[in-house]
Amino acid sequence: MSNDATYHGPSEVVTTHDVHHDEHHVHHHKETFITKYVFSQDHKMIAKQFIVTGIVWAIIGGLFSVLFRLQLGFPNVDFPILETFFGRWAKGGHIQPEFYYALITMHGTVLVFFVLTAGLSGTFANLLIPLQIGARDMASPFLNMLSYWFFFTASIVMVSSLFVQTGPASGGWTSYAPLSALAEASEGSKVGMDLWLVSMALFVVSSLLGGLNYISTILNMRTKGMSMTRLPLTIWALFFTAILGVLSFPVLLSGFILLLFDRHAGTSFYLSDIVVNGHVLDNEGGSAILYQHLFWFLGHPEVYIIILPSMGIVSEVLSVNSRKPIFGYMAMIGSLFAIAILAFLVWAHHMFVTGLNPFLGSFFVLLTLLIAVPSAIKVFNWLTTIWRGNLRLAPSTLFSIGFVSLFISGGLTGIFLGNSTIDIHLHDTMFIVAHFHIVMGVASFFGMFAGVYHWFPKMFGRDINHTLGYIHFWVTMIGAYLIFWPMHYEGLAGMPRRYLDLTPWVSFNKFQTLNEMITIVSIIVFAVQLMFVFNFFYSMFKGRKVTSTNPWGANTLEWTTPINPGHGNWPGEIPEVHRWAYDYGKDGREFVMQTEPIGTNESKDH
Amino acid sequence: MLTNANLGQFQQTPLGDGGQRRKIHPHKFTLWIAIGSIVMMFAGLTSAYIVKSNQATWQPIVIPKVFWYSTAIILVSSLTIQMALRAFKDREMNRYRTLIAITTVLGILFIVFQYFGFRQLWNSGVTLRGSGAGQFLYVITSLHAVHVLGGVVALVVMFIKAFFGTRKNYSSIPVEMASTYWHFVDFLWIYLFIFFMWLG
Repeated sequence: MSNDATYHGPSEVVTTHDVHHDEHHVHHHKETFITKYVFSQDHKMIAKQFIVTGIVWAIIGGLFSVLFRLQLGFPNVDFPILETFFGRWAKGGHIQPEFYYALITMHGTVLVFFVLTAGLSGTFANLLIPLQIGARDMASPFLNMLSYWFFFTASIVMVSSLFVQTGPASGGWTSYAPLSALAEASEGSKVGMDLWLVSMALFVVSSLLGGLNYISTILNMRTKGMSMTRLPLTIWALFFTAILGVLSFPVLLSGFILLLFDRHAGTSFYLSDIVVNGHVLDNEGGSAILYQHLFWFLGHPEVYIIILPSMGIVSEVLSVNSRKPIFGYMAMIGSLFAIAILAFLVWAHHMFVTGLNPFLGSFFVLLTLLIAVPSAIKVFNWLTTIWRGNLRLAPSTLFSIGFVSLFISGGLTGIFLGNSTIDIHLHDTMFIVAHFHIVMGVASFFGMFAGVYHWFPKMFGRDINHTLGYIHFWVTMIGAYLIFWPMHYEGLAGMPRRYLDLTPWVSFNKFQTLNEMITIVSIIVFAVQLMFVFNFFYSMFKGRKVTSTNPWGANTLEWTTPINPGHGNWPGEIPEVHRWAYDYGKDGREFVMQTEPIGTNESKDH
Repeated sequence: MLTNANLGQFQQTPLGDGGQRRKIHPHKFTLWIAIGSIVMMFAGLTSAYIVKSNQATWQPIVIPKVFWYSTAIILVSSLTIQMALRAFKDREMNRYRTLIAITTVLGILFIVFQYFGFRQLWNSGVTLRGSGAGQFLYVITSLHAVHVLGGVVALVVMFIKAFFGTRKNYSSIPVEMASTYWHFVDFLWIYLFIFFMWLG
């Protein structure tokens, strides 16, 4: 493009990014410790609050998986230390059945909601949306603050449920009725379940407040020149994530409200013809399947709420670090959009074995398999982005490439599971566990790690240690495949998930050593995650200070702010945007920032 | 793939020039998304109702007459809040305060009448035991009442501000948002009422 705008020249704002503003006085307002670090309305501080809370949760949730892996890997070995810590829950050094179910339930709940939803989109939506679209803060900083504190309160309630006498909820992260609806059905369905429901309701409120803000900010607060098609893909991904959350979480809340009525008010929305311990209940006319419909109407979009932010982060990081424009920008947006739409139309593929009408099921099969199309487009575009790129193998790049690898491996098994006939065999086996951990769990974590390594300088003004980052990547990458790949074979052989002890089942005894290996690897991988946490906090205070405002040579607006931006982000005016976010390697220049006007002799192609 | 020529075109579009005046106020926009979210919640509940109503052992109910009165009340309150908004825009603050007060009272009255409706239904033998139309009505209508109550709280805050506020604020945005929300809960009730009349 060559128009008059060229001759307006780089404005004052453009030049400011070379100047160091360690302290600026433009948006100076009185800040106490409380308003700056606790009840902060600054989106950057809220992002840090989300990630630190997310890290605490990830350690708890990860530790739980190590504990139940000990049981699965070594069902006949005593671990007296467990009894020291957990008392009667691990009598004789053995994890008791109720404890085992509590562990898997909390592992799922914590990681799906508290880490990969709040910790991931909470962190990066808060950090990146205002910085990358060129806004001083969110549309409503106050609601944003409330969003964090609702999340925090939800966390407190959930943690407190770990300490009640009858234990936390233990009916699986899905909390299917009728098990979750009847206090007499299990220990975990007593007060632990109530706390779980209260915590999740608070969590839904947090997520809605956050989501409303993200959507409103992206649509209304973009800086001059920042059209929707100039947004970095991180923002597009976070935008669709927020839409999914805003439309699906309320339905989950509806399901929870009906469940609460069933638990405490004597209704029978989900209950019918039930006998508990020989005692016949008088509940009649309810439908347990109704809960599954309401749950999975959120539950399926939820997995995209988890993966989409990672997709956005990976797109950005891969483009920046291969010094090439993202391949197929519009196709990337289109496939994000397609995934967001399809997310709402596939929930019943979680319910193929509930007696769902096979004719209806075939529609859900078709729609489920359709997701392969936008997913494949995205994978193709990531690969073509790094293809013949000048790859800079920073930890963030490695984690992004790792994400693509995991997304392919885990995505392919989704095609197996999306078929209602094959699902009859694979349902509730370790195959499912392998599939969703790779494609959604580990892959999203990789996106999150890529984001942390990439934006750490922006968050804290210091660099995170790269050597530890490389160790973190390789151990996690190899470990993730060693843990989850063998589970496919176990699942294909019919080994069920959620079982406490498979030793009486002779046909699965051949997997004993495999299970031991998985457990040992998961302990190692967990230890390496603790090393990452150490690296994170150590680098936060002692890391090498960043000296350049744009350490990665990236194009996006967050790198035009001072190294330690204050509340308001830009000391002067908000910069104007003149081009898309991906002008890398254009006309022999390594990168051209979004703030630079289009030159007269600039080529039209990338 | 997007070329720079394309990007140039986008720059000329109204969205790209960042013209704030053409855009809806971000808070109002947020409210609309919140309304979308609330709609999803009630869509979830009413579709659960539809699914259940097609199953055996479904127990229909007779909608209490009182709900007609509450419908009338909330319709009138929609009218009064619209008049309040107009009064605010015309800077007729006395009229505005009176109308806000009337709307608040009508909102509370609506909730009271819903309660009378519940009592009538309860006395006719429809309690929380079971899973028929009655139980759904209790849950869905209570949730709606909670949303009305939220609106009442907002109105009370505005009422206090209008009476005791030390700062003069002429921005009509909060009033417009309150009225939008109020019309929404009104509309939501009409939808639920028709829904229950038709399927109950």
